Amino acid sequence: MNAVDEKGLAIASEFEMFDEWMDKYNYLIELGKSLPLIDEKDKTTSNLISGCQSRVWLSANYENGKVYFKGDSDAIITKGIVSVLIRSMDGAGVDDIIASELDWLDNTGLKEHLSPTRSNGLVAMIKQMKLYAMAFKVKYENK
Amino acid sequence: MDLAVMQYSVDKIRADFPILKQMIRKYPLVYFDNGATTQKPVKVIEAVDRYYLTINSNIHRGVHYLSNEATDAFEQARKRVATFINAPESREVIFTKGTTESINLVANSLAGFLLKEGDEVMVTEMEHHANIVPWQMVCERVGAKLKVVPISDSGELLVESLDSLLTERVKIIAFAHVSNVLGTINPVQEICAKAHERGILTLVDGAQGIAHQTVDVQSLGCDFYVFSGHKMYAPMGTGVLWGKASLLESMPPYQGGGEMIDKVSFTGTTYNVIPYKFEAGTPDVGGVIGLMAAIDYLTEIDFGSALEYEEGVMHYAYESLKQIEGLRFIGDAKRRTGVISFILNGAHPYDVGSILDHQGIAVRTGHHCAQPLMDRFAIPGTVRASFSIYNTREEVDKLVAGLKVAANMLL
Repeated sequence: MNAVDEKGLAIASEFEMFDEWMDKYNYLIELGKSLPLIDEKDKTTSNLISGCQSRVWLSANYENGKVYFKGDSDAIITKGIVSVLIRSMDGAGVDDIIASELDWLDNTGLKEHLSPTRSNGLVAMIKQMKLYAMAFKVKYENK
Repeated sequence: MDLAVMQYSVDKIRADFPILKQMIRKYPLVYFDNGATTQKPVKVIEAVDRYYLTINSNIHRGVHYLSNEATDAFEQARKRVATFINAPESREVIFTKGTTESINLVANSLAGFLLKEGDEVMVTEMEHHANIVPWQMVCERVGAKLKVVPISDSGELLVESLDSLLTERVKIIAFAHVSNVLGTINPVQEICAKAHERGILTLVDGAQGIAHQTVDVQSLGCDFYVFSGHKMYAPMGTGVLWGKASLLESMPPYQGGGEMIDKVSFTGTTYNVIPYKFEAGTPDVGGVIGLMAAIDYLTEIDFGSALEYEEGVMHYAYESLKQIEGLRFIGDAKRRTGVISFILNGAHPYDVGSILDHQGIAVRTGHHCAQPLMDRFAIPGTVRASFSIYNTREEVDKLVAGLKVAANMLL
């Protein structure tokens, strides 16, 4: 298994501890608050992933073979999930990010927020994270 | 309150809507998303079933028994719709797949025919995208301009601005009967009178009006009235365009195909009479029969007293929501119906909607397909509770309790 999904499984197990939706969401909201926030100056149109319901900003950096993400959202639940996704991928290598399948998201009980019909920007965000990894791979690693 | 309203039994009405008995995430369903679509009574579901079980067949062209039965039922539905909105003639009722298609039909038929380069189309700041974009598209095509009637902070149309806006360049004004976000009831008669004084056509978007008002197209005085069946207890995919016969007769068809023709050859085609001229292709016959059943149902339960009851619930909701700290209403029109939009200060509508959903409460959040209106109020969206004849005060109490949970978690 790639490093992203391994980390993801551990994150999912945190969510599996909650029996009550309210505890799970309170935890998610806390996670949203601890998100490595994107700099205000980077909240540009090109970093904006616009959903119908909420907006997501995402930026990525490549350092020594690893990718680091920052993000934000105007909705706190969306922000919590942004935080979950970033935690799973932050500091991973490009190949791990590209290969990640993210099946562990099924175990979090948050899957409904990741349905394309929710239109909260999260589905597009996952795609964007992988696109960043592919772009970095082409730019820095395909020598 | 008159006797009919006092006798209105919401328990009896709710029993007609089986879907309401459901548990959602271990909570009894509280459905406040009626502005998006209403639930369907058993009578409607059974009518659609019966159609497919007994008379399904293509209409208007068969010589056989079933085709005649289906055609009769379809044309019966047309008459029933005409009566429901007090249209002078049933041939003025054109079946479409919904409000959006009805507006596209009118806009496209008028483009080039009535609407030419340099002309103007008037819409309002509170319109649904379905009553903006079709006009924008035909304006672009013919070189006409889209103009906008502004609204006040309370969400009411600035009707007096029409005196200067309705110039001779304006060919049609298209506006909502009831705003899908603000709930504002627009003064249709007054606007139509102002337009007609200047020879301007009027189209009323009745998507939100039809389920919350008794509609009489003759007394409203408009040229076109459009609505969807699915927001008035009828099946999805059904809609109506009502237009004055003289206008519809002179307008060119919108789509070509079967049913709408008189005679076809490769050198040219002549068109059928109204309403058929505008009904190209096979319609949703079962859906239209369901629409008839919905009208029959509303008549049976006394739609007028049902509406009075619903107004009572909405008013109760308004008063109850007012008590929630930090809740701000979007839209505060004197005459309103159907929907209440609000935001919880400091909380995103998506979060509020998600937390209500976890308590079995269905509301709508977001921009409600009215982005220009969101820009007007400088908000990303609202939470919208929309009401129906089967909602109860107890459900309103649950909404209020649910919002308090959301506020606790989010603020």
